[in-house]
Amino acid sequence: MDRLSLEAPTGEITVFVGPSGCGKTTSLRMINRMIDATEGRILLDGEPVQNIDPPTLRRGIGYVIQQAGLFPHRKILDNVATVPYLLGWDRGKARDRAMELLERVGLDPALAGRYPFQLSGGQQQRVGVARALAADPPVLLMDEPFSAVDPVVRTSLQDELLRLQAELNKTIVFVTHDIDEAIKLGDRVAVLRVGGKLAQLADPKTLLSEPADDFVREFLGRDRGIRRLQFVSTEGLRLRTDLPAPEGAGTYLHGKDSLRTALDAALLSPTGSAVAVDERGEVVGVATREALDEALAEAAHG
Amino acid sequence: MGDGPPTLWEWIARNWDTGRVGSIRDLLGDHLLMSLVPIVLGLVLALPLGLASVRWRWLYQPTAGVFNVIYALPSLPLFMLLISVTGLSPMTVIIPLTFYAMAVLIPAVVDGIGSVPAHVRQSAVAMGFTPLRRLVQVELPIAAPVVIAGLRVVAVSSISLVSVGALIGQGGLGMLFTRAYQNPFLPPVVVGIVLIVVLALVADGLLLLAQRLLTPWVRARGAS
Repeated sequence: MDRLSLEAPTGEITVFVGPSGCGKTTSLRMINRMIDATEGRILLDGEPVQNIDPPTLRRGIGYVIQQAGLFPHRKILDNVATVPYLLGWDRGKARDRAMELLERVGLDPALAGRYPFQLSGGQQQRVGVARALAADPPVLLMDEPFSAVDPVVRTSLQDELLRLQAELNKTIVFVTHDIDEAIKLGDRVAVLRVGGKLAQLADPKTLLSEPADDFVREFLGRDRGIRRLQFVSTEGLRLRTDLPAPEGAGTYLHGKDSLRTALDAALLSPTGSAVAVDERGEVVGVATREALDEALAEAAHG
Repeated sequence: MGDGPPTLWEWIARNWDTGRVGSIRDLLGDHLLMSLVPIVLGLVLALPLGLASVRWRWLYQPTAGVFNVIYALPSLPLFMLLISVTGLSPMTVIIPLTFYAMAVLIPAVVDGIGSVPAHVRQSAVAMGFTPLRRLVQVELPIAAPVVIAGLRVVAVSSISLVSVGALIGQGGLGMLFTRAYQNPFLPPVVVGIVLIVVLALVADGLLLLAQRLLTPWVRARGAS
């Protein structure tokens, strides 16, 4: 690591993204002292972590890793209750808490009595998240937690994390090599280059529209323009209500889905128009090619 | 039954419990003592040595080397050598068998701890386990199947090897064989062999049962 200096704001998701060898995992592990920084300081709520005894420090920081790292010899419930046990909670209380978390991360309570090898990769990863949350730590470190599962499961785990975060407001530091994941999850994204130098720290929208240099631009990939549209609202999209909703057309949730989703719906539609629906699934209008074109032009200038 | 030699059952009935040294029951007791003590003692000594070899890797090769050399030594000369130290006592058999047990169990402990997946160890560290608690609650339980597999080998070989001690007068059930050598009469040999095999099977079965009970999470893992 080389003079990396940044702040992970309380209650937000900060993502470290970069190619392998950029030191993103190393940076993460310096926070809970699995690796000690040779110089410099890491402050947690203003207190240098170097002053806190590592086991005590780590019990107060949730940690999720790629292969979940579940204890193969412990049942799911006891895996989730790991940190409460370490903190000396009463056994019953720890298990009640674990049960509550299993449900919270969307797992069937019937899995509580199983062993990790009896669960699928996606389920194991959910258990990993539940375990990290068990003692309600304010800070959560996640090291490529969703990289080892298939894309469908990964998407659902990502959505689940965002849903959980909306409820829990943890301070999360998330490491990934997948820029799409970084943009989807991050409130702020730190792009690191090989050697542990910070290339850019910005919110995803700024990152996509104003990459700091060629390295960041290249890392973001070619379809940066398209991806930027996922931060553009469809609220201002002009709708025609005088047209019938075309048969078989793609739909998007008006005002909630991004312009990217609306455009995608239009491209998949036989007529080239996207159908706008509200939360109950009722059609509220049709976004024609012309309307989408206007919105795109506006997005390009704004 | 006249003057003919006694049948197998008659011989057993007559010699099972004579109240004197050398009855079958007495020899069975000796045999159990001389084989069980090395198994337990071997495990108790192999654990710290194995763990030390994991902690300080450089220690492993020399330790394993020394114990392999001991393991390669034939048991009889080893017994003879020890007579000058421990005399004609069960210790003369127990000590070499303990070393043999350690020769098998030290690598079993090292391999068992080595079987803990790196990501599991890392997550234990990250959860805030202290090193001692991590060893006791995570690493040793995960190492248990490998260590128990080693124990099964040790149990069977110890029970079998005790009989060699008969040549220095401390062989448990093996004493039944030396008698037959002096006097070609089969029943003691049959009884000795059967009891030793039964002992070995019972010990193996108990260890297998212990493994099933202690590590229910191992079953069907191969299928996952």
